[in-house]
Amino acid sequence: MNLKRKLLLLETFRTLVTIVIALLIGYIILFFSTDEPLNAFKWFLVGPVSKTRRFVEFLNQTTPLIFTGLAVSIVFQAEIFNIGAEGQMFMGAVGATFAALHFPSVPFLHPILVMIFAMFVGGLWASVPAVMKAKWRASELVSSLMMNYIAFFLGLYIVNYYMRDLRAGYLVSYKYPKTAWLPKLIHIRYNLHIGIAIALGFAILTWFFLYRTKYGYEIRMTGFNRGFAIFSGIKVENVEMYSQIISGMIAGLAGSIEMMGLYRRFVWQVSPGYGFDGIIVALLARNNPLGVIPAALLVGYMRTGAYIMGRLSGVAPEIVKMLQSMIILLITAEAFLGFMRRKIIEKEAMRMESGGA
Amino acid sequence: MKAVEMHNIVKIYPNGVVANRGVDFEVEEGEIHALVGENGAGKTTLMKILFGIEYPTSGEIRVFGKKVHITNPHVAISLGIGMVHQHFMLVPSLTVAENMILGMEPTKFTSIDYQRAVKMVEEAAEKYGLPVPAKEKVLDLPVGIKQRVEILKALIRGAKILILDEPTAVLTPQETGELFQALRNLAKSGMTIIFISHKLKEVKEISDRLTILRNGKNVGTFVTSEISEEEISRRMVGREVELVIERTESKPRDVVLRVENLEYTREDGVKVLNRISFSVRSGEILGVAGVEGNGQRELVEILTGLRFGAMGKVILNGENITNQPSHILRRKEMAHIPEDRVELGVALKATIAENLISDRYYKDPFCGRMVMKPQKIREFAEQAIKNFNIRADGPDSPVMMLSGGNIQKVLVAREFTSDAKLLIADQPTRGIDVGSTEFVRKKLIEAKDEGVAVLLVSADLQEILQLSDRIIVMYRGEIVGYFPKNEGLTEEELGYYMLGVRRHEESRIKEALIS
Repeated sequence: MNLKRKLLLLETFRTLVTIVIALLIGYIILFFSTDEPLNAFKWFLVGPVSKTRRFVEFLNQTTPLIFTGLAVSIVFQAEIFNIGAEGQMFMGAVGATFAALHFPSVPFLHPILVMIFAMFVGGLWASVPAVMKAKWRASELVSSLMMNYIAFFLGLYIVNYYMRDLRAGYLVSYKYPKTAWLPKLIHIRYNLHIGIAIALGFAILTWFFLYRTKYGYEIRMTGFNRGFAIFSGIKVENVEMYSQIISGMIAGLAGSIEMMGLYRRFVWQVSPGYGFDGIIVALLARNNPLGVIPAALLVGYMRTGAYIMGRLSGVAPEIVKMLQSMIILLITAEAFLGFMRRKIIEKEAMRMESGGA
Repeated sequence: MKAVEMHNIVKIYPNGVVANRGVDFEVEEGEIHALVGENGAGKTTLMKILFGIEYPTSGEIRVFGKKVHITNPHVAISLGIGMVHQHFMLVPSLTVAENMILGMEPTKFTSIDYQRAVKMVEEAAEKYGLPVPAKEKVLDLPVGIKQRVEILKALIRGAKILILDEPTAVLTPQETGELFQALRNLAKSGMTIIFISHKLKEVKEISDRLTILRNGKNVGTFVTSEISEEEISRRMVGREVELVIERTESKPRDVVLRVENLEYTREDGVKVLNRISFSVRSGEILGVAGVEGNGQRELVEILTGLRFGAMGKVILNGENITNQPSHILRRKEMAHIPEDRVELGVALKATIAENLISDRYYKDPFCGRMVMKPQKIREFAEQAIKNFNIRADGPDSPVMMLSGGNIQKVLVAREFTSDAKLLIADQPTRGIDVGSTEFVRKKLIEAKDEGVAVLLVSADLQEILQLSDRIIVMYRGEIVGYFPKNEGLTEEELGYYMLGVRRHEESRIKEALIS
């Protein structure tokens, strides 16, 4: 077994250990917050697989997380800390709503046009921090975070003033025409839309983009060592610009798929948090697009489990947010179980020694 | 009594590099003990362990007979160990006295008693026979004096064991002489001195005993007077090496690079380049000699498009490229071996293959219009690993796992296969082992023979003399010496120009610019 594989295995093991630790802490918290901690914990752990409906709910939860995880992975690979996926996704959903309501209702073509428009809006939104960084050295961390707030309030304003369905009893947009609905993936009673398939396709596409195209190469080298990239003749300013815009496009697409697939109208009155959870997914996946899939499944599972626990046992789903955060805390602590990593490397070094290298 | 005893020291770095493989090392009190070995033999690591900068993977250390765990430099200092690093650890904008008392300031009420600090420094300078200008800013001092400040700084903190890491690397031959005199006096007064070097002549001159490291192991400790230079050298390398590189006759052709009246003022207002003019022709090596920090770094950065705002003209193949960024220059057949290989030359986390194509990843045969061709990249990388003798598991190993010499070979492999017309090599063999050094130097000669114009910047005078067809010497941002031939030229002679003691006529310096 080569070193690379050993280290990958160790990383996986490390992630699993942190999850177990976080779950244990979660159980302790539950123990203090409910009379039936075991019952609540059971729903959290097995809820998503206890019924077909819940399983579908879990897959639909995962879909946007894959997209935002991919979006965040791309910028993180370039060592750009654009955390604006939340706002980009929100604006993507607003843009999708506009496109769904105003673009010609041609079957098949309609959802594609909506997606393209949402990607455009998401990319545009992401380009603001990108340009501000390139032109005025504004920290993308701060500006992208601020853009999230702007997206939220501006988006709500647009929907409530221009696209609000007054006949609905609450703040939502008009229902999309049927041509803008995403078809179901399989014919079951529940709405498992094709979003998950598109998401998986995009994960592979993003992997290909990052590891098999020259643009991906530029992004990765810039992220590894910016000075080296400049020295090698890579135009890092361009790389930093387009990595953010592409990331924004994927986040925007996520918004459109959520709306067309799940709700068929704009329904968000609070920011859904997928963008921020996307950061968690990217961290869990170590920014690898293929790793995003299991990472998103995990986070999606926890999210769904939390909702089910909340519905069936009355424990607040916010507890799960704490669990998630704890997992991330442990994972980002690089030295956690670092002695194992050191051991592996020392052993490998010794092996190379005796191998005469 | 033994001042230092290190037993069976093993050090494996987190990136897997094994620097020490069970080293035993002993130093008697009051002696000057030289620690010699090739670059990469583990000398610096061993001393970093003694000074608490690195912690050994295993092994035992005794200082003055007492078993110790040196977990950080504070512990080392309290044990009476001082270290003078290769790169000075001084605050340039502070005065000598301020630097000296940093962290142990004498105070008057709540403020620093500056008068007393100056007095402390002057007393110490007197006591140890190391005169320093206490009130001057470090920034304005010549390198030799800065080093003296560093030594005094260690002594003032109560050092009884002084470690000097390649102290002569940045000195001119004249400054080296002064340093040695000072070290002898210190040793006479009972100071224990560990002197890291790979310059055998100096080791013979200064040390009482010496220990030779090879490949992370102690291969012998000797009384210096009882071992010959040849014998030391043989043990260092493990085989007979004659670092004489066959220099082929050069046949210079057209001018490739022309630099005219280049001037540059740094952000801090210091004029670091002043009226620099020279040219490099196809098929020749132009050597740039000089003590580090005399404008060479800035010159290279400007020529390679990593630093901007220079006045004057830089012409490459007849085209004005002044202040053009690197991504334009890279497409104009310029190759560059940078001084700082880890900061600029490679991406440590990327694979060998990825590092090898960083200047041509977008081109045929490695990439189509957008999609890269992994098979072609792999083939090229395997070929390069073979041709350049890179010791690695394969093209997919991260560069991080390689030793310094092999990292440099990856970089060199890329730059030498780029079909460039101009190669700028900045300290191409610094800090790498003799084998790799020999290899890189031969490749430089080969490149020249193939008609590449080579600009060689090096602080290693041996390298400059060995390889260059013509030599310019830089001092305080100016060219102060020009040697159109290097026959009969000695390191001492160059030293006088590097120090600014001697200077050629303006008209002779102008000849460096060949039309």
